[in-house]
Amino acid sequence: MIAVNDIHKSFGEAHVLKGITTTFDQGKTNLIIGQSGSGKTVFIKCLLGLFTPEIGTISYDGKVYTELSADQQRELRQEMGMVFQGSALFDSMSVSGNVMFPLEMFTKQSKSEMQDRVDFVLKRVNLVDAHHKFPSEISGGMQKRVAIARAIVMHPKYLFCDEPNSGLDPKTAILIDNLIQEITEEYDITTVINTHDMNSVMEIGKKIIFLKDGLKEWEGTNKEIFKTDNEAVTNFVYSSDLFKKVRQMYIEERN
Amino acid sequence: MNYLASIGSYALMIKEVFRKPTKWSIMKSLILKEIDELIYGSMGIIIFISFFIGGVVAIQTALNLTNPIIPKNLIGFTTRQSIILEFAPTFCSIIMAGKVGSYITSSIGTMRVTEQIDALEVMGVNALNYLVFPKIVALMLYPFIIAIAMFVGIFGGWMAGVFGGFLTSADFVEGLQLEFIPFHVTYSFIKVLVFAFVLATIPSFHGFYMRGGALEVGKASTTSFVWTSVVIIILNYILTQLLLG
Repeated sequence: MIAVNDIHKSFGEAHVLKGITTTFDQGKTNLIIGQSGSGKTVFIKCLLGLFTPEIGTISYDGKVYTELSADQQRELRQEMGMVFQGSALFDSMSVSGNVMFPLEMFTKQSKSEMQDRVDFVLKRVNLVDAHHKFPSEISGGMQKRVAIARAIVMHPKYLFCDEPNSGLDPKTAILIDNLIQEITEEYDITTVINTHDMNSVMEIGKKIIFLKDGLKEWEGTNKEIFKTDNEAVTNFVYSSDLFKKVRQMYIEERN
Repeated sequence: MNYLASIGSYALMIKEVFRKPTKWSIMKSLILKEIDELIYGSMGIIIFISFFIGGVVAIQTALNLTNPIIPKNLIGFTTRQSIILEFAPTFCSIIMAGKVGSYITSSIGTMRVTEQIDALEVMGVNALNYLVFPKIVALMLYPFIIAIAMFVGIFGGWMAGVFGGFLTSADFVEGLQLEFIPFHVTYSFIKVLVFAFVLATIPSFHGFYMRGGALEVGKASTTSFVWTSVVIIILNYILTQLLLG
């Protein structure tokens, strides 16, 4: 579990995060949603340890990041996996090389042990024929799968995804969502997903945090988001006519 | 103030580059890759330019020696001095700032833009050490290229001088041996080692700390070339004053 306690983050005059307190549960897909500029990316970068909040603490299963030594912080980082918006695969390495990279860097496994683990995770993300291809030779959806494989290869306790569906067609986006949810439940990972995708919110939002102007405006589940009266949330989530109709039908059905 | 902040950031970057080393087995392969890219990959252009510049220096000297009292061996002497003291170490370094410097800035800058550097940092890898340290080590072999540039440059001068009919081979060789000071070669290699460090670190700094997209990668490459060249020229002056002045 990740516990966030009253974190503030500023860049010069811009006060981006203004005191967020929340928890991200283990074995669940926790979603952060909000409009552009609401502080989602800064928040996830604080969770990753890439930014240090001026005020407040973030603890990972009881370990407060800022109270750890540099070596302990590095060890903790090795328990984190990250899927970047643009996949962030290393261009100079093959698919297999990308996934093997964390193992080569941080473990003392033999080459064959590493290869077995790489084969296993690539099979887990349904990529079996792409080992020797380079990132430029595969599709966006496949790149996302490789990024997920690289993120889980070290058995992470925490998985962070920054807009994992951006740039993907709806069908592939659903596949990626389902894959992340399956992996989260299968390995009991604390998963935090930064997203704009309303399909993801409805499908895999076991816990949803809505940010507005650097503050937590609302928190709940994908079931609760249908019923909420919070105007900011409904305006954001049901911004399209289709979603407004879906919500209306849902409420009428329940009544 | 911006310049001072940049100098401070550069110093902090250097400190970080030499801290928290990447796993040695991986570092070894990265160094070999960089040697191939930065050193071996630059040999062709350096040899090509050295040969012709050496030839031009010899021809220019010959054409300016109109006084019959001045011995012809001065062509060999001038070629040697020009190539060893300035052309090979300084001129080649400016060329390398364009070739190698742009490559370093654009490759690291692209990694920044595509979040590959963030990916390294999230994994707990010291990105500066991983990306910049192998380049510094690889460029410590830069003096070997310069040694080749010196040899080829003088050979080019000999070819142009002898086959152009400006002097005999014996005159050229006599000029090469005339008042030879071995410390000039040492001075040249000291300069080259300093320039190698500059060639590895300034372009890396501009690539690593850039922000923006593809356009900014291009701008960073240009800025990196300008600053690398400026620093090389200033250091050339300082080192010449310190070592020969």
